[in-house]
Amino acid sequence: MLTSEERAEIEAEAGHYPTRKALCIEALEVVQRHRGWVSDDALRDVAALLGMTPDELDGVATFYNLVFRKPVGRHVALFCDSVSCWIMGANRLREHLCQRLGVAPGGTTSDGRFTLLPVVCLGACDHAPAMMVDGDLHLDLDPAVDPAKVDAILERYP
Amino acid sequence: MAETPLTARIRPGAEPLDLAGYERAGGLEGLHKALQMTPAAVTAAVKDSTLRGRGGAGFLTGLKWSFVPTGPTTPRPRYLVANADEMEPGSFKDRLLLEGDPLQLIEGMVIAGYAVQADVAFLFLRREYTLAAERLRRAIAQAYAGGLLGRDILGSGYALELHLHVSAGRYMCGEETGLLNSLEGRRANPRTKPPFPPVAGLWGKPTLINNVETLCNVPHVLARGAEWFRALGSPRNGGTKLYGVSGKVKRPGLWELPMGTTVGELLDRAGGMRDGLRFRGCLPGGASTDFLTDAHLGVHLDFDEVPKAGSRLGTGTMIVLDDRTCPVGMLENLEHFFAQESCGLCTPCWSGLHWCERILTALEAGEGRPQDLQVLEFQTRFNAPGHTFCALAPGAVEPLQSALKYYRDDFERHIRERRCPWR
Repeated sequence: MLTSEERAEIEAEAGHYPTRKALCIEALEVVQRHRGWVSDDALRDVAALLGMTPDELDGVATFYNLVFRKPVGRHVALFCDSVSCWIMGANRLREHLCQRLGVAPGGTTSDGRFTLLPVVCLGACDHAPAMMVDGDLHLDLDPAVDPAKVDAILERYP
Repeated sequence: MAETPLTARIRPGAEPLDLAGYERAGGLEGLHKALQMTPAAVTAAVKDSTLRGRGGAGFLTGLKWSFVPTGPTTPRPRYLVANADEMEPGSFKDRLLLEGDPLQLIEGMVIAGYAVQADVAFLFLRREYTLAAERLRRAIAQAYAGGLLGRDILGSGYALELHLHVSAGRYMCGEETGLLNSLEGRRANPRTKPPFPPVAGLWGKPTLINNVETLCNVPHVLARGAEWFRALGSPRNGGTKLYGVSGKVKRPGLWELPMGTTVGELLDRAGGMRDGLRFRGCLPGGASTDFLTDAHLGVHLDFDEVPKAGSRLGTGTMIVLDDRTCPVGMLENLEHFFAQESCGLCTPCWSGLHWCERILTALEAGEGRPQDLQVLEFQTRFNAPGHTFCALAPGAVEPLQSALKYYRDDFERHIRERRCPWR
């Protein structure tokens, strides 16, 4: 069941579009904001609310990389793996994060604190390598330049 | 001192100006002028300015506007979309405009909307641009409160609603027909063209889609005139350009410079290469442009001159390749991106780009075979323009085809030595 709060937030966007279906990406975002991810049950509820079949909605949901169809940790760390960051040490950053968190990209730490995911270019190429944690952009993260910097950032997300 | 209309009001590290400050700093002059003109005259002024699409294609903006059918018997509502889905690897120009001066974009959207008599506007923003979203929401609220949006804009009788749409990822959303599908609540697959979006776009209605930087130029064209705007740039390429440099240069960054600035001048702005490194080439306008080399330092970076050198201006944000970075590894990274972001609709793209990535991974692992280079060359032709619905695949093979030309020895060394010489 969607909560009344979730339903209200979804319906607040309804006036922007001529069809119910057009609401679906923002509706999935509303659910994810409240629950961290979009479960099968939540997907069915959103589909029913918007007059879509669950399969149709899942076809949309699984297309977009920022719709999480599996549970994620309390914090989601998105490290950029695109070309400018790659040149500036994104692989070192990835290895450092994997080692510190004890997970591979796509994984969630056993304490449920972090999910680590690659992401395409964050538009911060002049401060590469870059990473985004829960919507906060962090810049100039080459561990070869400042190994403690990444660790200090992770500390800020308990 | 050259003029920098796009960034003049942007103060690094500070909050953007509010509506009162924006107006004091010269904002809204363009909108006031536009609303006193006929919509057709606004379009004509933009066409006359030679403003060209800053999303990368360089299409004449005013000409695109003129394709939107207006008049009493044409379909409504008409839509305007600002493409703020900046996701081209190496591009970081629109973020500055969105975060630094959101009212400039809104003013540009209202003028564009007026010119094509749009009823509803969407600002399509990628989810990761969280600071931009926060500032845009505030600016949109100020614009409604100040009478720049909604009914009877500044007493002109023109009405425009503007909605911020925050996307959920995927590079394909930046492709204009993929963006339309996404706004309709679908997978962001491209649509066949024609019909083009100005004729049949969102929900089949006329829809104008412009890039953020394009729209941000519009208020200045109206405020200062087409002639002034043309004089800022190079022939048939009016205005300034937000140019960027990333990679191992001394000072990576973003600068607003006259359109037509050369590759060498831009590299100088970035302080040149870091000590001990040599410039081997660059992708002048993001990941989906062909390499330029040190033979091209004199090339003027505009939509006509870069193609003469075998590449494209693209987004104007240059990615520099140095001599300690492996070009084959760089291509592996690029083709991984394009293969991952392929939406899966067209066979040359979903099949071919993964194939390219696998071959490049093999080359990097020392498992390349001599015939691999012929396969890669075949793929650059297989994914050429006209074989797929959208420009993702042709863009994906641009850096590949030029790397095979300029860095051939490096590819061959990987195969001959059965290893990556840079590791």
